Amino acid sequence: MPLLWIVIAVLVLGTIGYVLGRRRAMASAEGDARSLHSLPNYYGLNVLLFAVVPALLVLSVWLLVQPVVIQRQVVNMIPDTAAQSAGELSLVMSDVRRVADGLDRAVELGALSREDARTIRTEFTNVRDRLASIGVALGDEVSSDVLRAAQRYRVLKTTGTIAMDAVVLLLAAIGLGYAYARTHKELRARNVVERAVLSLLILASTIAILTTVGIVLSMIIETRDFFRLYPWQQFFFGTQWIPSFEGGSELGLIPLLWGTIYITFIALVVSVPLGLFSAVYLAEYASSRLRSVAKPMIEILAGIPTIVYGLFALITVGPMLRDYFAQPLGLGTSSASVATAGIVMGIMLIPFVSSLSDDIINAVPQSLRDGSYGLGATKSETVKQVILPAALPGIVGAVLLATSRGIGETMIVVLGAGAAARLSLNPFEAMTTVTVKIVGQLTGDTDFSSPEALVAFALGLTLFAITLGLNVLALFIVRKYREEYE
Amino acid sequence: MNDMRVLERAVDNQDLKIAARDVDVYYGTTHAIKSVNVEILDKTVTAFIGPSGCGKSTFLRCLNRMNDTIDICRVTGDILLDNEDIYDAKVDPVQLRAKVGMVFQKPNPFPKSIYDNVAYGPRIHGLSRNKAELDEIVEKSLRRAALWDEAKDRLDQPGTGLSGGQQQRLCIARAVATGPEVLLMDEPCSALDPIATAQVEELIDELRERFSVVIVTHSMQQAARVSQKTAFFHLGELVEYGDTSQIFTNPQDSRTESYITGRIG
Amino acid sequence: MSDATAETPRKSSLYRTSDRVKRRNRSEVRFRVLGLTAIGIGVAALALLVISIIGNGYNAFRQTYISIPVELTADRLDPDGNRDADEMSRVTTFGYAPLLAQSLYTYLQDQDISMEGVSPQALMAMISQEAPAQLRRSVLDNPEMVGQTVDLEMLANGRIDGYFKGRVTMASAELDSNVTPAQLQLAQRMADAGIMATRFNWAFITNPDASGQRPEAAGLGVAILGSFYMMLVVLALALPIGVAASIYLEEFAPQNRFTDAIEVNISNLAAVPSIVFGILGLAIFINFAGLPQSAPVVGGLVLTLMTLPTIIIATRASLRAVPPSIRDAALGLGASKMQSVFHHVLPLAMPGILTGTIIGLAQALGETAPLLLIGMVAFVREFPAAPPEGLFDPTSALPVQVYNWTQRADPAFVERASGATIVLLLFLVFMNAMAVILRRRFERRW
Repeated sequence: MPLLWIVIAVLVLGTIGYVLGRRRAMASAEGDARSLHSLPNYYGLNVLLFAVVPALLVLSVWLLVQPVVIQRQVVNMIPDTAAQSAGELSLVMSDVRRVADGLDRAVELGALSREDARTIRTEFTNVRDRLASIGVALGDEVSSDVLRAAQRYRVLKTTGTIAMDAVVLLLAAIGLGYAYARTHKELRARNVVERAVLSLLILASTIAILTTVGIVLSMIIETRDFFRLYPWQQFFFGTQWIPSFEGGSELGLIPLLWGTIYITFIALVVSVPLGLFSAVYLAEYASSRLRSVAKPMIEILAGIPTIVYGLFALITVGPMLRDYFAQPLGLGTSSASVATAGIVMGIMLIPFVSSLSDDIINAVPQSLRDGSYGLGATKSETVKQVILPAALPGIVGAVLLATSRGIGETMIVVLGAGAAARLSLNPFEAMTTVTVKIVGQLTGDTDFSSPEALVAFALGLTLFAITLGLNVLALFIVRKYREEYE
Repeated sequence: MNDMRVLERAVDNQDLKIAARDVDVYYGTTHAIKSVNVEILDKTVTAFIGPSGCGKSTFLRCLNRMNDTIDICRVTGDILLDNEDIYDAKVDPVQLRAKVGMVFQKPNPFPKSIYDNVAYGPRIHGLSRNKAELDEIVEKSLRRAALWDEAKDRLDQPGTGLSGGQQQRLCIARAVATGPEVLLMDEPCSALDPIATAQVEELIDELRERFSVVIVTHSMQQAARVSQKTAFFHLGELVEYGDTSQIFTNPQDSRTESYITGRIG
Repeated sequence: MSDATAETPRKSSLYRTSDRVKRRNRSEVRFRVLGLTAIGIGVAALALLVISIIGNGYNAFRQTYISIPVELTADRLDPDGNRDADEMSRVTTFGYAPLLAQSLYTYLQDQDISMEGVSPQALMAMISQEAPAQLRRSVLDNPEMVGQTVDLEMLANGRIDGYFKGRVTMASAELDSNVTPAQLQLAQRMADAGIMATRFNWAFITNPDASGQRPEAAGLGVAILGSFYMMLVVLALALPIGVAASIYLEEFAPQNRFTDAIEVNISNLAAVPSIVFGILGLAIFINFAGLPQSAPVVGGLVLTLMTLPTIIIATRASLRAVPPSIRDAALGLGASKMQSVFHHVLPLAMPGILTGTIIGLAQALGETAPLLLIGMVAFVREFPAAPPEGLFDPTSALPVQVYNWTQRADPAFVERASGATIVLLLFLVFMNAMAVILRRRFERRW
């Protein structure tokens, strides 16, 4: 890993800088640390930062930019006849990269000399066989254009990398030298270092924003590509989901959305009463002993990974529902069904509803309970007529959050709901959801430029928009409610 | 001090309402109330005074079994309401609390409309047969709490929107609406400003016509102003109990005297 | 008139409970029962889930083996006779399989065990297809084994294994084209003779995955290692970034729009569906940055982004719990703000931060959906190299392995998937227990 080595080299330079900087500071103070402006370590750190930070910054920018630049250069070498559409072009480019990697590998293993790798021509050598003999499998015969592009790609990459190494190391050395030269007992090293640390902290906290931007941008760009290939009206209002990789797919959102909503609805029907009653009982009735046992038990449900719930749906709940309900009632023969996924998802959401509701119920002031008991109300009357109405906004927020969880849930529906897109009311029939189809369209060997794969990004964006809306609304309601009792 | 006023107010009723015999209260291992004997008269305002932590509120909460809601609290001895032991196994605290209403330190109106706040008790106890009757109970209770004129045009607005003094009067109206025989008040004015306090005190004096009122207060002046009988608690014991005028002018116990003259408390 | 009810106090005895109160008390009891039922259903669901997983999965930790002496005949395995591993590697598993079948056949004859109704082909089918491959590997590692007779432990076929675990019965064998009742009867006789036995299955933990026809050989080795690598990446990235971000937001950030934006973003990211992070990983890390598919480094990056909000929220809570008096004390002695935070506040908040981190890691360990999108569903048999190179090698991950096995036809994989779930849950229990202990041990109240 040459990349790792260059990073290590920079860090080593930084460490040397630290030692030198410290020593020079001590020397300028004639060995008396008290006459320094800052503690001696800060002078060392100051030099280290100057050596490392600019170098690594340039390195990361270079790593991002280089592939794009090389791609530009190489794309020009591909004749228009070889790649008409953007999709074909990206396929050809991935061939180019693979051939280039293969050549690298061949040189590494000694199957080709450096000179050969740069000059072999398809006219004289069967490149595919040569590469296959060292374990690099290529789908197609290598055309001369691709080979030449690959060779150019290699050359550009090698020179680019060498240039990068040189620039980065030079920058590290310059930084070191500059900071070392400035090191003097009057230098406010601590202030410099602290400012640098503060910028690091700020940088770390912007990652949250970058992630959101990344999510939105990546999905919007791909979704735009999708809508170029497939009309958006048919996506949003289409009632058929029939993907076919030969083209002519019907990719309508409605049946997926219906499955999602139906399953989430069943999940809420299960989880809201159970979660709410559990929360009320634990908060208002349970002895502290029962509470100390039952509350963690219910919270364990929240710590179980969703794949485990999925497996539970697949091997236990699904067959159980089929054998005891669906088949005797003549409603279906499938163990994967809306009811299966909905019930299991409901179990998963119980702790979600109950712990949020518990917090909210506990936030209702004791004085309201006293007031109600003082008037001769029973506990259940107090709960139903005073506590729950007072806690209602918070509980609505909790239910909205649970809904958003349910809509975005993947593994339970992948394993429990089935894969058939269907618009039906029968809960014992297999249906599918937005998340199932995202997984379905993006796993396996897919060509990332076909509408059948790109639709997943449009689905993802839809999902993101729906859940984001629910979350914002829920947070808004909950926050408002909290303010009322503070 | 209002010594003159105190003297004017004699007890005009001698019917026994509540009698406590050898009542002890424990919080876990803490002995909070020690062998208290007291007799509370009907249609009289009885004040419990004493330094904070002396057990006066704890004892008050025994009178309608509000302490039942606290797990670690244990009450022994007899408390008789109209000669019936309220801690008897046959007694349902729910039924007891309808007879012995309570008003708390901090105004605690429910987050409902003013009307629903007052109608809450009558509804759960089934005191009205129809809407008209309920309306009447609500109006009467609000009138009795001297809140009707201020609230009659905004009955459907939330009770939490009223001012502090109004809220406390709403709580009194709410307690009155269930038709109690005894009204317990736990420092009802401690969260109110002087004007609201004066209004509530005036109200208490009027309530005496119909109910037996027991009020806990940390303000001796307030006790002197509103009560006919006064009980002085100190460290969980009932030190002295008697006519308010007598307690304030001629206390029998040195501890009472020290408290009233401001040496303990 | 209502006067009667509201005005004059009803002189009813407290000792007689009125009908209305009786009715109200009954509804009170009903309400309590409803609450208890709800808790009961929740706990019962948990119990059912655990029982179902353990019931289906504990058998994955036992495996049936056939132990017989096998003569590794030299003319079959080393035709050139020079014990050169390269030359010998030309003999494929198809060369080894008849050797095993032949040895088994002879041994059974020697032991006088009747092979009634079982043809030689059917006898061979009772041995796992993985067995010749395993033998070949060990022979190529030790060429001097050739020509000797060795006591060999071979995996039995998955159906035979299922018979000893109760998954396959005589009745189900009648309907199954892959196994006959005669084979099962023979297996029973072999077991009685001590040739076939079921014992603890370490291979389930250490072996890599196996193909769909060989459930008996499938193991979790690669998946556990892959998950471990991802946790390393998450720990190395999420902890420092999360702590840095929290320190900034809690201690330094001014109240402005930028800070607000970060706050809103963090609380939203905590609720974004995990699959969306998978899409992000696919689009940014694989398609844009060109990182390899199925690599732990990509999985780790995606899980880092998912775990960050959890760690940030926990870290901020424990920073907030450090009383301001400690900051004031440090500042009062002339320390800079930065020094007071790093020297005094952060060490005090550390237990809370670590607890949050462990809980975040536990969440990340169980996460499946985003890993499916970045190609971790691929069938991987090779163990990844040691880090850091190994971070770029294709691997699987524990929860993905569970998913993978649920997608295979052979019912024996249900057992494997449940077994893998048990392993996953054990890891989670361990991590959460650590978090609880840490919290108990270092809990501090100011």
